[in-house]
Amino acid sequence: MPLQFNPQLGADGKLKHLLTTEGLPRAMIESILETADQFVSVGDREVKKVPLLRGKSVFNLFFENSTRTRTTFEIAAKRLSADVINLNINASSTSKGESLLDTIDNLAAMNADMFVVRHAQSGAAHLIAQHVKPGIAVINAGDGRHAHPTQGLLDMYTIRHYKKSFHNLSVAIVGDVLHSRVARSGIHALTTLGCPDVRVIGPKTLVPTDCERMGVSVFHDMYRGLEGCDVVIMLRLQNERMTGALLPSAHEFFKSYGLTSEKLARAKPDAIVMHPGPMNRGVEIDSPIADGRQSVILPQVTFGIAVRMAVMATVTGA
Amino acid sequence: MSANMTKIEINNGRLIDAANKLDQVQSLYIEGERIAAVGNAPVGWKADKVIDASGKMVCPGLIDLCARLREPGSEHKATLESEMLAAVAGGVTALACPPDTDPVLDEPGLVEMLKRRAGAIDQARVYPLGALTAGLGGEKLTEMVELTEAGCIAFTNANHPIVDTVVLYRAMQYAATYGYAVWLQPEDAHLARGGIAHDGEVASRLGLAGIPVSAETVAISTIITLMRDTGARVHLTRLSSRLGVELVRAAKAEGLPLTCDVGIHHLLLSDRDIGHFDSLYRFAPPLRSPGDRDALSRGVIDGTIDAICSDHTPVDDDAKNVPFGEAEPGATGLEMLLPLTLKWAADANAAIPVALQKITAHPAKLLGLNSGVIAPGSPADLCIFDSAAFWAVTPQTLRSQGKNTPYLRREMQARVSMTLVGGRVVYTA
Repeated sequence: MPLQFNPQLGADGKLKHLLTTEGLPRAMIESILETADQFVSVGDREVKKVPLLRGKSVFNLFFENSTRTRTTFEIAAKRLSADVINLNINASSTSKGESLLDTIDNLAAMNADMFVVRHAQSGAAHLIAQHVKPGIAVINAGDGRHAHPTQGLLDMYTIRHYKKSFHNLSVAIVGDVLHSRVARSGIHALTTLGCPDVRVIGPKTLVPTDCERMGVSVFHDMYRGLEGCDVVIMLRLQNERMTGALLPSAHEFFKSYGLTSEKLARAKPDAIVMHPGPMNRGVEIDSPIADGRQSVILPQVTFGIAVRMAVMATVTGA
Repeated sequence: MSANMTKIEINNGRLIDAANKLDQVQSLYIEGERIAAVGNAPVGWKADKVIDASGKMVCPGLIDLCARLREPGSEHKATLESEMLAAVAGGVTALACPPDTDPVLDEPGLVEMLKRRAGAIDQARVYPLGALTAGLGGEKLTEMVELTEAGCIAFTNANHPIVDTVVLYRAMQYAATYGYAVWLQPEDAHLARGGIAHDGEVASRLGLAGIPVSAETVAISTIITLMRDTGARVHLTRLSSRLGVELVRAAKAEGLPLTCDVGIHHLLLSDRDIGHFDSLYRFAPPLRSPGDRDALSRGVIDGTIDAICSDHTPVDDDAKNVPFGEAEPGATGLEMLLPLTLKWAADANAAIPVALQKITAHPAKLLGLNSGVIAPGSPADLCIFDSAAFWAVTPQTLRSQGKNTPYLRREMQARVSMTLVGGRVVYTA
């Protein structure tokens, strides 16, 4: 497999699918963020719609549960005037033995223009993108532990909104990095945009092997890791990871890696606090911080819609 | 069957057999099922058939330590007919097949049936490996004596590591009672649980659950410790890591009766080749780092690793056209064992006769066969090939029903032109 082959780009170098932030040219990320700028104001209008995707059919294919992400994609598509079909395929087709690609073929036969896909397996969106016929765009809405590129891009949008430039930023990503597609997409986007100091903070059980090779520095002491940071991205800790062989308890995790005012004091006074949601208050983040003046967690959600609109417009060439 | 005393003469071929220090253009004389003479014709020789091997190499037929024929149970992936044809088309004249069929080869009747079916097809010689535990379940020992009488040449739990170390201990002890060899895939079931790819940079980046090298080294350490206690003769299958090779090297230096093999793909590929989740690169054990790959290569050259095998695993498209983590591991390999071994030899600077030993004489010794060499009296199992000829790997050129190979649509150098088993031409290109 030639590694230079980039499955998200067409022969003309344009974005055909959004599968991962890794390997995206910097100019392309910047262009998506600039496109999103124009869409932020659409949400404030009385008529919250632009006709860019009129007549297009967008299929939200969620093989894994998610209300929030699915809803933001749905809103984004509707604001672009697309027809949106939501499918939760947890049990319906796969339990009847239909393969993933058979499901895709069937929906493609209904003249789909775009698939927004979430799947529990890393690489599922790549498989679909390599399978669909030209003209159908695939947007990865989260594949296993691998990537959640629209989340990565909306995080970049948020950071850029508050910090303007990436060139002298220190960004910390804290918590369950091992299982986090948000972390991976964030790391690749940050390094591509020229952020010189990306830090990963977590216990050894939740930091991936050879994580440094992704261009980050690893800290196990959160106080040291947050020293002088401009941005703190907290990750969600899934319930099933809170007790067992990875962690003894949510309580002990919070003690070492939960964001409290005491720990946040190590970061710069104007540091912003982010979280992809949904939050576990008292596990990865203390309530007063989540609701405090440094928190930009709700603006992230608002920007997320504009960024997803920008991605949809970009991959369809609208 | 009437005695076949046909006399065949192979002329002008470059005979290669390192075991007999043979590497020159000479004639080879076959009478019936055996090699009659090398170099000079026996007195009063008159050939019934003359084969011209000008410009070609003639080596002992390849002996593959692991080829899944998929029968019984998975005939949609492959059949005995398709895979036996693939074997001889690849110059493979003898192969060992693991018991991970459905039903599992854990009863003498099943082994006898397989031997009979393979005998009727009458191409490559088939040597079944019996299940070490019933149903490969890791709990109850199989009737090893009965299975041996039915034709099993060793016992293995295939890719289903025995979790309970007491059972492993007893299985080794019992096999040692009769001097049977135990073949073990060194993988700690707990450390490998849920893993998809080598635990390293690539798996971390792709978000694939990792299988740490310690899954292999913990298992090897356990096995070596139990060998000292039980006196069992052990063959480790498919080594994958640098540290694994080091453990084997030390155990051999200690004098333990330990041997091992490696799959050809693990000598040529690494986890870097997975690229964008290409499921053709999913293997069990997983492809590891380039450093591990290079250490395996050195292990083959210095003799720590005794043999190279194809680990032939035909998989249907439906089981590969799924997300990487759901894809069935393995690659078809019988037809690529020769060209890939020669490619490895060229890359690793190993001499061709030395490389060929790893797929002929050495595996023969491990299976207790007197083949794998070119010497008067030995079986006339031979592979004649053109080391300079190229061929394209496509679904059409592969005889195996499995088209799953990382080398699909790539070019191979070295093409088999004729295969003989027991003095009979079973394949002609």
